[in-house]
Amino acid sequence: MMRLLMTFLLLLLANTAQAHKPSDSYLILKIDGANVQGQWDIALRDLDFAIGLDGNGNGEITWGELRARHDAIAAYALPRLKILTEGELCPSHATANLVDNHSDGAYAVLRFVAECAKPLTNMELNYSLLFDVDPQHKGLLRLEYKGTTSTAIFSPGKANQKFDLSEITLLRQFLDYAKEGVWHIWIGFDHILFLLSLLLPAVLYRSKKHWEAVASFKPALIDVLKIVTAFTLAHSITLTLATLGVVTLPTRLVESAIAASVVLSALNNVFPMFEGRRWMVAFAFGLVHGFGFASVLADLGLPQDALLLALVGFNLGVEGGQLAIVSAFLPIAYYLRGTMFYRRVVLFAGSILIMLLASVWLVERVFVIKLLGF
Amino acid sequence: MCVHIKLFAHLFLISLLIQGSIVSSSPFIPTADSEVLEHLPFKASDPTTRELRSLRQELSANPLDLDKAITLAKRYYQLALADGDPRFIGYAQAALGPWWEQTEPPVAVMVQRATLRQYSHDFDRALVDLKLAIKLEPYNGTAWSLLAAISMVQADYVTARQDCEKLQGLASSLIVIACEATVDSLSGNALQAYNTLQKTYTASVSMPPREKLWVLTRLAEISDRLGHVDEADSYFQKALKLNIPDAYLLAVYAEFLLDENRNAHVVELLKEKERSDILLMRLALAEKALNLPKAKEHEAVIKARFDAARMRGDKLHIQDESRFNLYFLNNTKEALRLAQENWRGQHEPSDARMLLEAALAAKDKAAAQPALDWLNQSHIEDRHFQKLVKRIQELKS
Repeated sequence: MMRLLMTFLLLLLANTAQAHKPSDSYLILKIDGANVQGQWDIALRDLDFAIGLDGNGNGEITWGELRARHDAIAAYALPRLKILTEGELCPSHATANLVDNHSDGAYAVLRFVAECAKPLTNMELNYSLLFDVDPQHKGLLRLEYKGTTSTAIFSPGKANQKFDLSEITLLRQFLDYAKEGVWHIWIGFDHILFLLSLLLPAVLYRSKKHWEAVASFKPALIDVLKIVTAFTLAHSITLTLATLGVVTLPTRLVESAIAASVVLSALNNVFPMFEGRRWMVAFAFGLVHGFGFASVLADLGLPQDALLLALVGFNLGVEGGQLAIVSAFLPIAYYLRGTMFYRRVVLFAGSILIMLLASVWLVERVFVIKLLGF
Repeated sequence: MCVHIKLFAHLFLISLLIQGSIVSSSPFIPTADSEVLEHLPFKASDPTTRELRSLRQELSANPLDLDKAITLAKRYYQLALADGDPRFIGYAQAALGPWWEQTEPPVAVMVQRATLRQYSHDFDRALVDLKLAIKLEPYNGTAWSLLAAISMVQADYVTARQDCEKLQGLASSLIVIACEATVDSLSGNALQAYNTLQKTYTASVSMPPREKLWVLTRLAEISDRLGHVDEADSYFQKALKLNIPDAYLLAVYAEFLLDENRNAHVVELLKEKERSDILLMRLALAEKALNLPKAKEHEAVIKARFDAARMRGDKLHIQDESRFNLYFLNNTKEALRLAQENWRGQHEPSDARMLLEAALAAKDKAAAQPALDWLNQSHIEDRHFQKLVKRIQELKS
């Protein structure tokens, strides 16, 4: 009866009681030819529970106590991470022992190397650390191979995972960066809006201070090509220079200038200033946008052994994304060019909206504040 | 398409988190052997450590000993409640290892498994276990009391009351009283519940300390909701004087003190409790209110822990993550999104309050509606809601 009451009472108190970070280990593996370099951070709490660290039993773990157990830790942990290639186990041994602090306490840092018979093209990992004593434990892996990084999470249900390293080849890496380039132009509203603002008048021409629809597709296409080529050329130049470290500019300045370029290009549609010379605007500000792309590429992490590959891949991705947007825009704009709707709503009201939005960005970026939720 | 982008963004984020958390580390070699790296929850000489060690040894000699396995799982579960460390839930699960994956293990395992699952907020699978358990053993009081508790978390007070009634004859009158009073206190009969519990408390002088702790905590909470501040404080004090480590008591008392602007008391109460995420959050809130330098440091730790939890795919702290976004990051939009996500899973007063606070901050009257509906349906009496509801109704819709 007493036990029953306890269950009930405790249960009602349980709802907010999940209060700590659960047990995780952090594993980094770097593949280098036939060798796998490893760094494994395991919580001292977990090691103490599994094999005992607190030599004098006073509830505190000192460096001396940990040091005395280094061999035992390696003997416990390493067999619980089986590294295999083509079905053959790569024997591993500890190379160094350090300590690190994560958000929930101190961790033993075990560095090791696993030596395989030949250079790895595929790898199978079998992770079983602590699963027998704490099935809630998880192993968080970061795998580095030829400059690319992938991640995985090990849990009792996913203790065995295979990694096909041939997949992480140069081509794959190239495609990854190209994908990032497309993605960035797709989510980078500022780049899209800048380009669109410049392209909007391409299907029109000025006559006696009024917009008139172009008669044929050719002049519109030529105008678009001039602008897109100028923009592409310009941002490729600065993207390359910045990535190679030849020129660097502060992010805040670059981001603010990008916002200003959007304001200016939209303003030009309302009060035309650069009639027929919009490709020059595209070139001048394209230089600034290139610095913006460079900081994204830097944030993605650059493989030093394949810098050029990443750069070209990313840039081609950006161009591809840009091309997709332009080829969606041009036919529609051409079709609508004669309508009032295009001139009044799309060009005029649209440009004003873009201007307003970009002005908010400008203020946000100059003063490093957040006004909009996106 | 949209789903794919979201999924991609999500995976990308997780992958960034994993990379980030591993990159940010900077391993070192301590300079002296005497340097203390870590404090363990128990000393080796602690009776609890010894008791658990011998239980574990006996069980590992005979892993299929059902009684031993259940006993060990229960002990670990109690430890998890005492200081909120989910490692103990993992240890409890390990004790039930031989049966854990079975769809129909012995009823005792089923009920214990449900207990652990509800702790991890896996209510659906806990309910599957419990419903099967009462089908096989209709007079299993523990299963019924668990069902009642889960119904309460999900704000299904009608079912909760029925579950409590099922306990008649299966449990002592005290349990039935406790069960019904808890439902009452949440569904419009707070005063009656208060009187019943108060009477029970004064009548049972010889009540074991743990039960006293429970009754006192409930009395303090109900007094607080009814607006009897001094009384609530004295119940909290009495509960603390029992000297039973209890994360929940500390958390609700800290919340009470924060509401009363007694921030210095919160710092005093929780200064050694940084290890617990929930208590650290309350501590940091108080430190922030007092403009203490520690607030920033603690904010960074909390952020790192949320990142880590997201990385391993945990969704247990959503309410507190919403609170963190609201009061530390001033990200009202994210705070509201999290409060709404949390509300989909559970409907306790604190969940409702979080949703209302987040909706108010985001000036989003419509988002507050589910919590307002719940307030009306449950008839809960809670002074903290009155001001919030008034301010929300003043918002333009």
